[in-house]
Amino acid sequence: MKSGISSILIYGYGNPGRQDDGLGNEFCEKMQEWAEKNNYSFLDFDSNYQLNIEDADRISEKEIVVFADASVEDIDSFQLTKVNPDHVKIEFTMHAVSPSFVMKLCQDIYKKTPHIYLLHLKGYKWDFREGLTARARKNLNAALKVMQGILAEEETGIILQKLESLTETVCCNNH
Amino acid sequence: MATTKKITIEPVTRVEGHGKVTIHLDDSLNVVQSRLHIVEFRGFERFVQGKPYWEAPVLVQRLCGICPVSHHLAAAKAMDVIVGAGTGDGLTPTAEKMRRLMHYGQMFQSHSLHFFHLASPDLLFGYDANPAVRNVIGVAMEFKDLAVQGVMMRKFGQEIILATAGKKIHGTGAIPGGINKNLSIEERDSFLKGKDPLNVDKMIEWAQAAVEFFKGYHKANADFIDNFSYFPSNHLSLVRKDGALDLYHGVLRAVDSWGNKILNDVDYQEYYTHIQEETRSWSYMKFPYLVKLGKENGWYRVGPLARLNTCDFIPTPLAQKEFEEFKAYTKGKPSNHCMHMHWARLIETLHSAEMIKELLLDPDLQGTDLVTKGTKQHEGVGLIEAPRGTLFHHYRIDDNDQITMANLIVSTTNNNQPMNNGVNFVARNMMTGKREITEAMLNAVEVVIRAYDPCLSCATHALGKMPLEVTVVDKDNQIIDRKTRS
Repeated sequence: MKSGISSILIYGYGNPGRQDDGLGNEFCEKMQEWAEKNNYSFLDFDSNYQLNIEDADRISEKEIVVFADASVEDIDSFQLTKVNPDHVKIEFTMHAVSPSFVMKLCQDIYKKTPHIYLLHLKGYKWDFREGLTARARKNLNAALKVMQGILAEEETGIILQKLESLTETVCCNNH
Repeated sequence: MATTKKITIEPVTRVEGHGKVTIHLDDSLNVVQSRLHIVEFRGFERFVQGKPYWEAPVLVQRLCGICPVSHHLAAAKAMDVIVGAGTGDGLTPTAEKMRRLMHYGQMFQSHSLHFFHLASPDLLFGYDANPAVRNVIGVAMEFKDLAVQGVMMRKFGQEIILATAGKKIHGTGAIPGGINKNLSIEERDSFLKGKDPLNVDKMIEWAQAAVEFFKGYHKANADFIDNFSYFPSNHLSLVRKDGALDLYHGVLRAVDSWGNKILNDVDYQEYYTHIQEETRSWSYMKFPYLVKLGKENGWYRVGPLARLNTCDFIPTPLAQKEFEEFKAYTKGKPSNHCMHMHWARLIETLHSAEMIKELLLDPDLQGTDLVTKGTKQHEGVGLIEAPRGTLFHHYRIDDNDQITMANLIVSTTNNNQPMNNGVNFVARNMMTGKREITEAMLNAVEVVIRAYDPCLSCATHALGKMPLEVTVVDKDNQIIDRKTRS
């Protein structure tokens, strides 16, 4: 394990049976393969269909958390945003919750405030099929390259600094 | 000629698919009609056609990321029939008990989520409270212990699912004719003797406390709990052959609003002779009904309330004690009180925790005889009591083992008419005489629909979809009011 690195959780969510909805899950899977190859044991991984209240417990012992999810937003290929616990969205039936919600719950229950980011991965199709579309895969690969570059850094401070910088960047496929 | 005005409530969120409520008013602002529309067509049944039958228990989990275990098990039960493993009584003890453990784990986490996440904010703050406060974050701020219980109960149930289904996503535990793993001693002990609070005894204790909490609330708010969205209905569910509550397997029973049996413990392999589905032009969600009573009168409720109305007893001691109190409240007759759904759900939560303990203590879970095979059939039906109610899976296959027909009736579809009736109750009581949608009216619509814990979705959930939107439109489709809740 690299010295000076705290625990970091990569958490991808979505339904991989619905084409590009599985972007977050596949991001997590590829990052895990990369971490194992490089013996980066400070990285922890999780994946699910969606976030829910128990994830407040999951993130409570981490210093940095990167959630990864498919996005239908008007973005180029991917985008990293800082999660703000004050931006909680209350949804109709609450079968799933937002990263802000998980963070806020973690703060309120466990009095812990990890640095949390959300990686938005642009997707295009959502039918009952396994496998990403070619365009979504291209976006995934671009995000992997950038995120692996950041997480290969030697110190938590530098990783955080680079994640912060990325939140100010609009990302497209030439990354 | 009288003109009508239309009010639309559009709860379009990340995981819920597309649903909206439309309320039609006449010139005198009387409610003429109200409808809960489901406007997304999923086409899943066509998707599974042509796939090998043994893939079905995994494939169907694509349908829903909210209750994948229920679809997984219902499909597996249908495939048990197809591989000749009987119609629910042919599995090995290890296979059946592992599946039950998975199912009760799912029920426990789903019901816990509903209570702590959905119901408790409404109850603690009042359903007319600001939605910005009326949620689990608000609960965490003011009732921290309750919020922690919700998180840990949900986590415990999820861990049971992981241990039995093998994976969090697209679990593979149940296979045609059985199961692909047993429960190790280490896994068992982690649930029986886990560090507080993650052990089954603590879960039972907390489930009991949740029932007590509801009863206390009921006592103090009897008018709301007993009268909000009250209407008589039929009730349908599986029951064990001896009449016990059984969430995994049994025979189909339906009772009317007075408790008379209208479907008397029939074999669900022939469900289609008793239940049919009606389509209506304004909703993609069908309207099931009991053939015997016809389209007009044959609709029914499913889910926790229906289950406690159809069964004769609960086969675990603590839940049975609560069941007796529940039945006594309506003098042994079915409860037709919409908000008693919360009470019933909590009794089932307690029952699920008790069942989990009973199963964990059963050495059959460490058995190694996992799969049963017999003479292949070309048709099979699998039913299960999912958290939200009875779930039907029906398949036919050809000689090449490919699925040629699939018919699914999901729990929320079974509750289609009752949810419409609930919305109608709110509309008539809160919209009559008004032109604009009020916050209180919006909240009441939420409360009544959420009592059924509907899953309108398909589990596609990508960032950037629309929040809750309310639109008022006149008969010429001109928008006269719109409210958005994000």
